[in-house]
Amino acid sequence: MFTHDIILIGGGGAGLRAAIAAAEQSSKLSIAVVSKVYPMRSHTVSAEGGTAAVMRDTDSLDLHAKDTIFGADFMADQDAVEVFIKEAPGELIQLEHWGCPWSRDADGRVSVRAFGGMSVDRTCFAADKTGFHMLHALFQTSQKYDNIARYDEFYVTSLLADDGKVRGVAAINIYNGRLEAIAGKAVILCTGGGGRIFPFTTNAAIKTGDGMAMAYRAGVPLKDMEFVQYHPTGLPGTGILITEGSRGEGGWLKNKDGYRYLQDYGLGPPTDTPVHRKMELGPRDILSRCHMQEYAKGRTFEGPYGHYVHLDLRHLGEEVINKKLPFVRELASKYVGIDPVYEPIPVRPVVHYMMGGVHTDMNGSAPLEGLYAAGETACVSINGANRLGSNSLTECLVFGARAGRAAVQYAAAQGAPSSQRLEALARDEQQRLDRQFLRKEGGKEKIAVIREEMQKAMEDGAGIYRKEEDMKRTCQLLRELRERFSNIAIEDRGDVFNTQLTAALELDFMLDVAEAVAHSALNRKESRGSHTRTDFPKRDDENFLKHTLAHRTPDGPRIDYLPVTITRWQPEERKY
Amino acid sequence: MAEPTITLKVARYRPGKDSAPTMQTYSVPYRQDWVVLDALNHIKDQIDGTLSYRWSCRMGVCGSCGMMVNGVPKLTCAAFLRDYPSQEIRVEPLAHFPIIRDLVIDMSDFLDKLKSVKSWIVRKVEKPVAEGEYRQTPAELEAFHQFTQCINCMLCYAACPVYGLEPEFLGPAAIALGYRYNMDSRDQGKDLRREVLGSHHGAWECTFVGECSEVCPKDVDPAAAIQRTKVDLAKDWFKSVLLPWGAR
Repeated sequence: MFTHDIILIGGGGAGLRAAIAAAEQSSKLSIAVVSKVYPMRSHTVSAEGGTAAVMRDTDSLDLHAKDTIFGADFMADQDAVEVFIKEAPGELIQLEHWGCPWSRDADGRVSVRAFGGMSVDRTCFAADKTGFHMLHALFQTSQKYDNIARYDEFYVTSLLADDGKVRGVAAINIYNGRLEAIAGKAVILCTGGGGRIFPFTTNAAIKTGDGMAMAYRAGVPLKDMEFVQYHPTGLPGTGILITEGSRGEGGWLKNKDGYRYLQDYGLGPPTDTPVHRKMELGPRDILSRCHMQEYAKGRTFEGPYGHYVHLDLRHLGEEVINKKLPFVRELASKYVGIDPVYEPIPVRPVVHYMMGGVHTDMNGSAPLEGLYAAGETACVSINGANRLGSNSLTECLVFGARAGRAAVQYAAAQGAPSSQRLEALARDEQQRLDRQFLRKEGGKEKIAVIREEMQKAMEDGAGIYRKEEDMKRTCQLLRELRERFSNIAIEDRGDVFNTQLTAALELDFMLDVAEAVAHSALNRKESRGSHTRTDFPKRDDENFLKHTLAHRTPDGPRIDYLPVTITRWQPEERKY
Repeated sequence: MAEPTITLKVARYRPGKDSAPTMQTYSVPYRQDWVVLDALNHIKDQIDGTLSYRWSCRMGVCGSCGMMVNGVPKLTCAAFLRDYPSQEIRVEPLAHFPIIRDLVIDMSDFLDKLKSVKSWIVRKVEKPVAEGEYRQTPAELEAFHQFTQCINCMLCYAACPVYGLEPEFLGPAAIALGYRYNMDSRDQGKDLRREVLGSHHGAWECTFVGECSEVCPKDVDPAAAIQRTKVDLAKDWFKSVLLPWGAR
């Protein structure tokens, strides 16, 4: 058995920030980062456009808070938002000190750009590879802390809880197939979201909601899971993200008639140079719906991968594109054969981010002693019903650091975990894995088939537009898939790097997350932020200005609610 | 009309069972917009669930899916089937690394080397966050920016003949990252890195074949970083020999 003070699950932006925050509390503390991939492979790497904070005198904390709360359609907890906004600038400066190669103004300050739903330029960026540079800066910096131990390519299968407290994790060492108990006084989940429950997503293969499902299984509710963000500009076919930064720099969205259609949806008037919160700088939920409306009107293009519109960057010119959006040029050229200097890029809405997640307070603490969560895995909530672009990287830093520090404080008052008890728990977990996967004979169901059917059910019932009968069917289908999953076929019985086993474990987790999303959506009979119901098209503050909590039961999710914290910003109609 | 197909010959190796890697042949659909990784995923999902390989972002930035494709190190998420008109594609694990299983290599040596060059900002005294950001002009950023683009995919190690013969060689990516921090206006760690970069297995071991820069999917040009590191090291050496103590 391995023993540490603090265990991080996941080595992306939130996980590494939390690890460093914990490591800096005391060199005597032992911190473990346990991840199913090497940290620099984590999905933070794919974030492009930037990370928001109040960095200029022309901006203010209140303005960033107001934009965030407005963008969230008033579902964000305003006390948490205020903490977030206040700590954001310090976190970005810290990352600057750790070597992040931010793009710079002529005077040497970190540059800021416009982003959707933000009233001023406040999104810091490193060209259009912000997440990549942040992740590598965090990872490389983490190497200098001798008290951070890494368990690279260890797949955590469950939390180990003893006497009502989380005391460690069970993890498969992917190199040799051995299940190890890793003991710790506190565990922080930083495993990202679960966009892979949908068929068409910007999310990497590893985004399978593992941490959300593990918390859910341990009795922790998942909060606001119905709020799934579609990003309006993904490449057809692959779903590769084309950053909102391309619209921040002045890109236009056009329908098949070459018309900037957003002006027809209250986002106008169109201007040649971008205006904050208007047109292409509207928030993601609204822009994705506008796309679907254009499709309904027959004004989108039709291609082998469905309907799409054009993102036109040509007027920005080659120099701006090369300087500010080189990755967009590389991705469009490589994956759809379009050079944006000369041709518009085909784009369509794509599942991008989960506002919901493990229910935590603003210290990342979950309602299970010893358990914390941060980043996309968690729902604090600062993102409410719709996250503003460039708030999520900052969220990883602010709440990663807060969770790291809070976990250290909690751990200081805890005794050492009982190794006997933990080893017994790990043996139970080994037996479960043997029974369900490794020693099971005669399974008939294929992983890829169940995964595809789940993804289709989610798209059909829990997509951009939702209605009762579709969601009910999706809930029913997910139950049937859960049944069928118990008959899963595992042909690979090898110990070393058995990726069929990990794929099955990921699917197992995804089925739980998908059910939480579908049931939370079914029960929210209103339209708010990203959750749009054709049968309940209006926001209903009287009945639904409250967080959803989904609890796991053997018969499926049980839903209850929690009040939203309103401090200084009273709900009003959300118009841009 | 039957769907066109293409043949993939894929290296298989099961530790404890196989004494050496063997090649297994699969027939997969040929699609214009498919990359080699799509073909591998097709095999994994539809034909043979026991094939193991690493992948994640499928957009050329996470660095997981590097393999030898027809003998050349490639990111398989960026290697299109249409660019291999021979109708047969050979997929093998990255050269020069120990094989763990099938297409999965052991990358722990690279991780050790990355750490050995102190690939982080070194300061004599840390600046408190309250004092704000370091100012860095666009020109100062430009001095090292190219070398920040490394995604740690290790294609350069698989292409480097020196690393193939001498695994102790620090190698292209690690030297480039050491150089990246040396050139960062915020950094003060150059003296500490000299010991590693200038060691017997450091930059001097490079014979300037240039294959690393050829295969780099992100145009990092590690060969240039290595040559500039040699120039820096030589300058430092001359300074230490020729200049009086006070001027060093």
